[in-house]
Amino acid sequence: MERPLRWLVSLFMFVSLLPVAAMAQERGLEIDIVGGTASALPIAVVPMPYQGSGAAPATDVAGVIRADLDRSGQFRGLPERDMVERPTRGNEVNYPTWRVLKQDFLVVGRVVDAGDGGYRVEYELFDVAKQQRLLGFAMTARANAMRDVAHQISDAIYEKVLGVRGAFWTRIAYVTASGVGSGSRYALMVADSDGYNPQTVVRSGESLLSPAWSPDGRKLAYVSFERGNSSIYIQDISSGARELVAAFRGINSGPAFSPDGRSLAMTLSKGGNPEIYVMDLGSKALRQVTNQMGIDTAAVWSPDGGSLYFMSDRGGRPQIYQVSANGGGATRVSFEGSYNADPTVSYDGKKIAVAQGNGNNYRIAMLDRSLGSPRWSTLSPGSLDESPSFAPNASMVLYAAREGSRGVLYAVSADARVRQRLVLADGDVREPAWGPYRQQR
Amino acid sequence: MNATTRILITALMCTAAVACSKKVKEVPPPMDTGTTAPVTDTGPTTPGMYGPGDLDTDACLRQRVVYFDFDQDALRPEFQSAMACHAKYLRDRPSSRMTLEGNADERGSREYNLGLGERRGNAVSSALQANGGSGSQITVVSYGEERPTCTASSEDCWAKNRRVEIVYTEK
Repeated sequence: MERPLRWLVSLFMFVSLLPVAAMAQERGLEIDIVGGTASALPIAVVPMPYQGSGAAPATDVAGVIRADLDRSGQFRGLPERDMVERPTRGNEVNYPTWRVLKQDFLVVGRVVDAGDGGYRVEYELFDVAKQQRLLGFAMTARANAMRDVAHQISDAIYEKVLGVRGAFWTRIAYVTASGVGSGSRYALMVADSDGYNPQTVVRSGESLLSPAWSPDGRKLAYVSFERGNSSIYIQDISSGARELVAAFRGINSGPAFSPDGRSLAMTLSKGGNPEIYVMDLGSKALRQVTNQMGIDTAAVWSPDGGSLYFMSDRGGRPQIYQVSANGGGATRVSFEGSYNADPTVSYDGKKIAVAQGNGNNYRIAMLDRSLGSPRWSTLSPGSLDESPSFAPNASMVLYAAREGSRGVLYAVSADARVRQRLVLADGDVREPAWGPYRQQR
Repeated sequence: MNATTRILITALMCTAAVACSKKVKEVPPPMDTGTTAPVTDTGPTTPGMYGPGDLDTDACLRQRVVYFDFDQDALRPEFQSAMACHAKYLRDRPSSRMTLEGNADERGSREYNLGLGERRGNAVSSALQANGGSGSQITVVSYGEERPTCTASSEDCWAKNRRVEIVYTEK
C-alpha cells in the first residue's frame, strides 16, 4: 500500500516538474522589474482562452503582452486575479466594471484554430473612458511562433496608445562567459527582447566582444580573439556562415554597420595608433576617418549615415566626438563627466547614451538634444555599468552591469523610471546589443 | 699617395666585409640547434652574454610582468632594471622574439581598454628599444580587459590586471 503511493507521488512530482524544465530551457534570461512607476497607464489585458478543437497553444498570449507592456514602464498591467470579468470579444465588454477597476485601457481576445496546426489570435483594444474600440485585428501563426504574435500585438497596442512604434518584437545579442583561465568559454547569443528563445550564434575558447547588428537584422559583426589577436568577423545568424573582414596587425575592434548596411566602421591600430576606419563591405576597401594621437574607438553611425560618433582621449580624458563619415575635423559632443565612453545613438539622432565614469563609479547617462540646449540624465545606479544600447524606438536602453563577480544585463526605460534585470542561469552576461525592428516574412 | 691609401682602405674594408660575412654565415648552425643542449652547454663562450637558460635562472630576466597605474601607460621607475636586462637579452640573442601582451583592468569601456592595453604594450616596447633591443624582435598584442588574472572588483585586483606580460616566443 505504501509503495504504490510513494510511486504515485514521485510520478506526480515528475509530471509537475516537466513544464518547469521545459520553460527553463526555452527561457535563457530571467527578468525582474526593479523600479515601478505610479504614472504608468493602467491597462487590463484579459486572458485570451483557446476556443478551438485541437490542442491548446503552449504560449499564454495575454501573459506575454502584459509582461511586455509592464516592462516598458509606460503601462501598468492589471493582475489577472483582479479581473472580475473575463470578456473575450467586444460585445461582452461591460465598461463600468473596468472603470471601477480604474483601468484606462482594456485588451480582450481569443485563440482559435487556423488550420495546419496553426492558430489565429483575434484581439481588440478599448479606451475605457471613451467606451471606444481603438483596434480590432487577427493574426495567424504556427504554434512555435505564438510569442512572436504576442510581441507584435504588444507593438500595435503600444503604438496606438502612445503614438510611438513598439519595439517588443525585436531581438537582442549578448555575450556569455563561463569558467576562468584556460577553461574559459564564451558564446555570442541572440534572444527575443524579453530574453526568451536564446540561440547560440558562435562559441569560442577566447573572448568575444562588441556584437553589432546589420540593419536588416540578419547578420552580426563581432570581435573575436580566437586567432590570438583581435579580429572582426561578420556572421549570418541563421546559416552560421561567417567571414573574416579585419585581421590587421594591432587592434581590430568596434565594428558598426552603416545604416545602409554597405559599410562597416571599425577601430584599427595597424598604422600604430587606434583610429576609426570605414570599410566598404563590397570591395573591402578601407577609408581612414580619424587621424589623431590618442585612442579613437567605439564608433557608431548617425541615423543618416553621414557622420560617426566615437570616443577619444585626444583631449586627455575619454569623451564623445562626432566626425563626418568622410573624415576631417571632429567636434566634441560631451562636456559633462570626466569619462564618457561607448556611445549609442537613438533612431532620430537626438539622444546619445554613454557609459559615464566618475571616480570608481561608472553609470549609464543620456544626453538629450531634442529640446534645444543639451540635457543630461542618469539612467543607472552604477557602479560598473557599461555598453549601453538603444532599443530601435529609443524607449529603452540595454546595458551591462556587474553584481559581485558576475555580469548581468539591465534594460532601463529612457525616462529611467523602470529598470529590469535580465539574468542568465549560469555565468556572466555582457556586451548587449539591441537589434533592429524585425520584418514580416 | 692619397689614391694608394684609398685603395688600401677599400681593400681592408673588403677583407673585413668578407670576414664579417663569413662569420655571419657561420652563425646559423647554432640557431638551428637553438633549443638543444649544446648552446647552453657552451654557456659563457662569450662571458657576460645571456643564453636561453638565463630566462629561468636570472633574477632580473625572470621578471616578466610590468604593472601600471590606473589609466596610465607610463613605465614606473621600478621596472627600469627589468627593461635593461630584457633589452640586453634581445641584443645578446638576435634570433629571440617576444610578444608584449597589454592588459587593462575591468573599469570602463572594453573598446577603450583595448587601446589602453596596446598603449602599455607600446610603452614597454619603447623602453626595450631605448635600451638597445630591436623593434623587429617585438610584437605587441592587446587583450584589453579580456584576460584578467584576478576577477574581484577591488583596487588590489585591478592593480594586478593593469599589466604587460613579456612572453618569449623564440628564445
